[in-house]
Amino acid sequence: YAWDANEEYLFKAMMAFAMRRYSSKSTTQISNVLLCNVTDRVSFWFVVTDSTKNTTTVPGSEIEAAIRMNRNRINSAFLLSDRTLQFLKISTTLSPPVEPSTPVWLIVFGVVLSLIVAGIVFLIVAGIQQRKKKNKESTERENLEEKSEVTIAMENGIPCETLDLKAGHINGVFAADDERFTSL
Amino acid sequence: VGAGRHRRAGGGGRMAAHPENMEKSRPLWDNPLQFVFACISFAVGLGNVWRFPYLCQMYGGGGFLIPYFIMLIMEGMPLLYMELAVGQRMRKGSIGAWKTISPYLCGVGVASIIVSFFVAMYYNVINAWAFWYLFHSFQDPLPWATCPLNSNRTGYEEECEKTSSTQYFWYRQTLNISPSLEVSGAMQWEQVLCLVLAWLVVYLCILRGTASTGKAVYITASLPYCVLIIFLIRGLTLHGAVNGLIYMFTPKLEQLSNPKTWISAATQIFYSLGLGFGSLIAYASYNNPNNNCEQHAIIVSLINSATSIFASIVTFSIYGFKATFNYESCINKVILLLMNTFDLEEGSLTADNLSEMKEYLMAAHPQEYTQLLPQLKNCSLEAELDTAVQGTGLAFIVYSEAIKNMEVSQLYSVLYFAMLLMLGIGSMLGNTAAILTPLTDSKAITSRFPKEVISGFVCFTCCLIGLVFTMEAGNYWFDIFNDYAATLSLLLIVLVEIIAVCYIYGLRRFEKDLHTMIGRKLNWYWKVMWAFASPLLIISLFIFYLTDYILTGTLQYQAWDGTQGQLVTRDYPSHALAVIGLLVASSITCIPLGALLAFVRRRLKRERVSTTA
Repeated sequence: YAWDANEEYLFKAMMAFAMRRYSSKSTTQISNVLLCNVTDRVSFWFVVTDSTKNTTTVPGSEIEAAIRMNRNRINSAFLLSDRTLQFLKISTTLSPPVEPSTPVWLIVFGVVLSLIVAGIVFLIVAGIQQRKKKNKESTERENLEEKSEVTIAMENGIPCETLDLKAGHINGVFAADDERFTSL
Repeated sequence: VGAGRHRRAGGGGRMAAHPENMEKSRPLWDNPLQFVFACISFAVGLGNVWRFPYLCQMYGGGGFLIPYFIMLIMEGMPLLYMELAVGQRMRKGSIGAWKTISPYLCGVGVASIIVSFFVAMYYNVINAWAFWYLFHSFQDPLPWATCPLNSNRTGYEEECEKTSSTQYFWYRQTLNISPSLEVSGAMQWEQVLCLVLAWLVVYLCILRGTASTGKAVYITASLPYCVLIIFLIRGLTLHGAVNGLIYMFTPKLEQLSNPKTWISAATQIFYSLGLGFGSLIAYASYNNPNNNCEQHAIIVSLINSATSIFASIVTFSIYGFKATFNYESCINKVILLLMNTFDLEEGSLTADNLSEMKEYLMAAHPQEYTQLLPQLKNCSLEAELDTAVQGTGLAFIVYSEAIKNMEVSQLYSVLYFAMLLMLGIGSMLGNTAAILTPLTDSKAITSRFPKEVISGFVCFTCCLIGLVFTMEAGNYWFDIFNDYAATLSLLLIVLVEIIAVCYIYGLRRFEKDLHTMIGRKLNWYWKVMWAFASPLLIISLFIFYLTDYILTGTLQYQAWDGTQGQLVTRDYPSHALAVIGLLVASSITCIPLGALLAFVRRRLKRERVSTTA
């Protein structure tokens, strides 16, 4: 929106409102607020006069306090925020972020931790049960094997039945050669 | 030549099948896909996301892809194939496999385990940090989006004012970093909790060996790609992303004449594939002996490189967004300053007419303008894009800064840190597999302790030592481990490996073994690379790094100065230098020590034989 005389009127009204609320005197009128040096940037100086004490200006500290108290209302009247409506020499008090009683991250951490621990416990218990079952099976198999001597020959991890061992011979000449050569 | 006596090494002969004597069949992957996923999960790690984009930016943008692919063909694929083939052939972890090739090489296996142990210790801290950020992503607004307020609530914290809110969150609220390495500080209990959780997750995945790891790698390998695709779509639609992409992909071909470019490409390929840790040997040892590991080696290395390029596209669109955002904020600040000082009308200064208006103002109000000059920063998009970051800085600072400016930032934050977590855990699984496989191969240990106890013990020890990295100076120790624990040692280990396979075991013999395993003749490309190209490359890399280290003299590190709000360079104190020396020496000396031990043992055996005979 453009800054025109109506907006200036609203500003004067807001200042008067702020002074009234702060000092709880209903004597401040819109005519008491004077604007000067309005620039295109929309920046200006203003003073608040006190009609009861014959055109003396209200001290700056009082105005500052009044504005601080009603900053929110003033901002919303102009649809602006602390950053877009600046009162020089009045530093803004920043509102702290909302902090929940327990930090959120601990809650998430707790959930994830319990899931992982449950998984570990489940896997360990399952492993122990499996081993007990295998032990029982192997003792049964051992008893069975003592009765029938079944030997499963292994060669390099591959059962001999799949390999064709008949094709191999032991070369006696080669084996004997080993002893004839002197070791280095 | 002379192959007869040393031939039969792994198993053999007839054995009676009493349950105690029968060789327990080795656990296998359920299907070859699990093996490929495990290798991809291990190789595709955080380095693809945070190191490759940096290298691309530093060494010529799109032009860097040329040396990268040449190095991939010359050293990446051959070395990867060699490790997988060795593991699949010998069917043992790193110690057993190298002992099989030659008894003098048992030191190589031990060196691999030591390096893996060091890396496992410090790498999981990254997962702890990823967990920390992930848990903090469930807040609105994100905690690193704004600075916290100072004590009397008039403004923001001083340290946060000097730097940005994301850097403050990383250095102060996450790490609580101390000003230098000497000041150790206390352990941060929040980081301790996250580290313990990270180790519990790793334990859960390796608990049952390949059975549990095989299932876990389905997730750790595929989830990062889903998230990268989401981020690619999001990144490309961001305002200003195009700036980053143009900046990255315009090739600066003059960088190709810089030798550092080629060295960085070779180094990146080497470390990115995770060679020399023993993890690839361990994973391949659980393979079916007839598995076509040649095909898998090519697939894994190509996917690894493709992921690097894919991740750098995402990273650069995010860079572009962040740089544009910062550039526009900078311009807006300048405009605001000028308008406030000269009381100009709202809307008279825009980004387009800024330079003309500046000249006009300089002419019209020279005094006030010169007064204002020190505050007027020269905003430049190139300067913003030029800030190249790598490592944890990129992952945790730059990305979180970009994410906080997106809409629905919580969702993207959760996705991003979950992806980092998956990448990190995937690599951790490989590291722990490299440590555990030789341990579970040794009968002496497995007969006494079940697998769960061994894994638990390894995880517990690493976690305990890893508590060092949760102290206030922990990030400095982390940098030491990151820079020195694995770098030189891996080069030497892989060099010894390839020379052993080619010249000690014999290339012809290895070729015959591969023919029995895979059923295809070995292509001449592999033979040439294994015999000449890869060893020469590694030797030149090794010489380069040694001379570089000797020439630079003192080692320095970046310390965070809270009072200034930026990083300063400091020298390492002597005890840190001693630790660095220990890290490098402990793994490298294993190789000659192992050879010496084997030699001594043989000599003693021969003496014993000759005295009895």
